[in-house]
Amino acid sequence: MTVLCLTELEPDGGTVTDASLRALAFSRSLAGPAGEDVAAAVLDAPDAALAGEARAALAAAGVRTAHVADLGEAAGYAPLAWARALAELATTGLATTGPASAVVAAGTDHGQEVLAHLGAITGLPLAGNCLTAARGDGGQWQLTRQRWAGSLTEEAVLDGDPALLTVATDAVAPAPAETPAELAVAPFRPSLADGDLTVCATVSAERGGGVSLATARVVVGGGRGVGGPDGFGPLEELAGLLGGALGVSRVVTSQGWRPHRQQVGQTGTRITPELYLACGISGAIQHMAGCLSARTIVVVNTDPDAPILAHAQYAVIGDLGQVIPALVEAVRARQNPVR
Amino acid sequence: MDVLACVKRVPMVGGRITLTEDGQEVDTRMSGFTVSPHEECAVEEAVQITEREGGTVTVLTLGPPEAEAQLRDMLALGAGRAILLETGPGEWGPQSPAAAIAAAARATGPYDLLLFGNEAADTGGYQVPVRVAHELGLPCVTGIKTLEVTGDGVVAAREYRGRQERFGLPRPAVISVKEGINLPRYPSLPGRLRAKRATVERLVPDARPDGLRKTMLTVPARENRRAEILGTGPEAVPALVALLDELGVLP
Repeated sequence: MTVLCLTELEPDGGTVTDASLRALAFSRSLAGPAGEDVAAAVLDAPDAALAGEARAALAAAGVRTAHVADLGEAAGYAPLAWARALAELATTGLATTGPASAVVAAGTDHGQEVLAHLGAITGLPLAGNCLTAARGDGGQWQLTRQRWAGSLTEEAVLDGDPALLTVATDAVAPAPAETPAELAVAPFRPSLADGDLTVCATVSAERGGGVSLATARVVVGGGRGVGGPDGFGPLEELAGLLGGALGVSRVVTSQGWRPHRQQVGQTGTRITPELYLACGISGAIQHMAGCLSARTIVVVNTDPDAPILAHAQYAVIGDLGQVIPALVEAVRARQNPVR
Repeated sequence: MDVLACVKRVPMVGGRITLTEDGQEVDTRMSGFTVSPHEECAVEEAVQITEREGGTVTVLTLGPPEAEAQLRDMLALGAGRAILLETGPGEWGPQSPAAAIAAAARATGPYDLLLFGNEAADTGGYQVPVRVAHELGLPCVTGIKTLEVTGDGVVAAREYRGRQERFGLPRPAVISVKEGINLPRYPSLPGRLRAKRATVERLVPDARPDGLRKTMLTVPARENRRAEILGTGPEAVPALVALLDELGVLP
């Protein structure tokens, strides 16, 4: 038996995505205690071939077998075809790795979507955004998973042979295996059914320009306390000075003050900056689900009892309309000392 | 264009989530319920499509009798018909609702488009729309942020890792959307009055055992922080600058 892990590559074909490295680390935690191997299903390798760099990354992640699919002209993301390929690997293992005890994918848009299709094709249950999973008695799995985007933890029992699991982004670190594996590459051509390629992604070039909210090192946040659509100038200016991005709370986007792509939270973007400077934000569950991975949270708020202070390391009690322009001025003064 | 929009009633949570004593549910005695955010956008999208293309929006939910309130909220946004798949107390896992919704769609349709939210705010199962699509033998795509109706299909797009992914699907199709695809309108007064008077159709879905079963909910232990106060008002700026310097984020 093996633990089969859907493994995605970056568009360059050489690098394994960070989310997939985490899913592989999670897969090892399932395979290890049962004395099983980890097998990777690579469905997006350019020309159905695995570059040397990708091989090295998979071996370092403890992968014994990489099943590399040739989807023919579909080369690219086709969720149902990907699920069909996983179903085939999970049941037969194509003789090389045997059937799967679990099929694992990262809790990304692709991972969730493909495993949902796999669940529907096979009739198996699926547990999304798992934090831990362990085999219990009688073929059942005991697991913990995120609800409310991580604001609650659910303890649950999952049937299913194999178990279908997606992994919460912050469940495990993308660390390599203690000892790298000797990797075998097994190319295969999945047997697709009619209609499996009906839904197939056309992918644009990478969006250029600007600092991405999801990866910004500094995020300056604005909430209801900004007061209206015209109040974001100083926050944007500060974000620009610090080489960061502006993020906002849900109330700001549902009022139409700022576009939704700037929303930090459960229904917006999850941020992971060194510094999150949250201004005029009370700290609703919905917002905190998007920013708790920030290394340091600093709050500017008029209300010393706002819930967000319980999640922050530092706070300035005061009106952001006064504090932020003064901060902008101070940062500028440091940047351009008086001549 | 007849569109089915499926929604879920979820607890309204503010600054903190508290659980009932038995750890089985979110304590809603002090809050209330609302429609899960992605799904409210699914209804708004459905209403906008029928405003352009003609046709009716049917809004459907699976839940307790009280979920009628959320259906009426969606009727007030512009849905023309509402269906409640009435369940008893207790939560359904992610598989059985999909079977029930598919059966209801067959019984009350046909529909040209079935819209869902990408994932429910509370359970976050990420699978009901896909399972419904398979039950009905329809094409499906999830997590959609722009949707365009074409001659005999739809073009749907989303962002993935800094790139845009576009999908063309024939109709009928199942699409799950995310908040941000539109900005849901505030219900108008006539809309609310109409919603109040409208009939909510009730069906009793078949409950099936589910392969994923909750045993307990817990609030994750987090580092109990109490923010260190750097100061009050603009006088705190020098301390703030010193902190940013220490964090290494100053230019």
